[in-house]
Amino acid sequence: MMSKLTLKTEGDTHVVVTRRFAAPPEAVYRAHTDPKLIQKWLLGPEGWTMPVCNIDPKPGGKFRYEWTNGKGAGFHITGEFVELKPFSKIVHIERMHLPDVTPDNHVETRFDPDGTGTLMTMRMTLPDTKTRAAMLASGMEHGMEMSYVRLEGII
Amino acid sequence: MANLDAAFSALADPTRRAILARLAKGEATVNELAKPFEMTQPAISQHLKVLEDAGLIVRRVEGTKRPRRLANAGIAAMDQWLAMLRKALEKNYDRLDGVLAGIELKKGEK
Repeated sequence: MMSKLTLKTEGDTHVVVTRRFAAPPEAVYRAHTDPKLIQKWLLGPEGWTMPVCNIDPKPGGKFRYEWTNGKGAGFHITGEFVELKPFSKIVHIERMHLPDVTPDNHVETRFDPDGTGTLMTMRMTLPDTKTRAAMLASGMEHGMEMSYVRLEGII
Repeated sequence: MANLDAAFSALADPTRRAILARLAKGEATVNELAKPFEMTQPAISQHLKVLEDAGLIVRRVEGTKRPRRLANAGIAAMDQWLAMLRKALEKNYDRLDGVLAGIELKKGEK
C-alpha cells in the first residue's frame, strides 16, 4: 500500500508529517472538519474515545477535542482556525491541556491531489527549538501510547 | 523516559546535531570535533557534555585523549521513540482510511 507515513523535523522549529490517502482531497478535508467523522478516527491508541468534539471550522472559529480512556484518564486540546481553503488547506493553532497548557503549535495541513487520491502534508511550527524537543520527547500528537501511559502516572 | 527529554533537547542545537553527524562517521577527539566549528575548545566541550548527559555519546580514555563516539543505546532509544510516534500516528490514519472509504460509498449512492 502507498499509505506510508513520514515524520521528520525540518529546520529548528518544524515537524512535518506526510501521508497518502486513496480518497480525493474533498473527502480527506471533510474528515478533518466534520465532527462526526473526526470522532471516528482521531483517537490514538485502542480504548480511547473522543466524547467531546466541538468544532467551528471557519477563520477565527474555535475547536475543542476531549479524549478519555474510560478509566479516569483524559486530556483535551483547544485551538482556533486561522484559514480554511476547501478542500486544499487548513491552518490552525492548537495547544494541549495536560492539564498544564503546552505552547501554541501552529499547524498547516495541505491536501494535494495525488493521482485519484490525496497527499496530505501537515507542517507544525513550534515557538522554539526547545518546545519542539519537548513535544517530540513527550509524544506529540494525539496518538501517543506512551504519553498516555505517562499521563496516567501523573493523574 | 526522562533521558529522552534530555536527548531531544540536546538535538535542538545545530552544533550538537553537526557533532552527532560527524560522530556517525566514527570516533573523534575533541580537537577533531572542534576543527570544523569556529568555536573554542571549552565551548565544544560544553556541547559534548550536554550530549553525554543525554546519553547520546560516550567517551573513552586513550592516554591523554578522550575520544568520543555515539552511544548506541541512546541513539537506539530515540529511534525507537520516533518509530513508535510514527506507528501511533499511522494508527489514526489507518482508521481514517476506513472513514474515507465510507464517504466514498455515500457519494457513489447518490
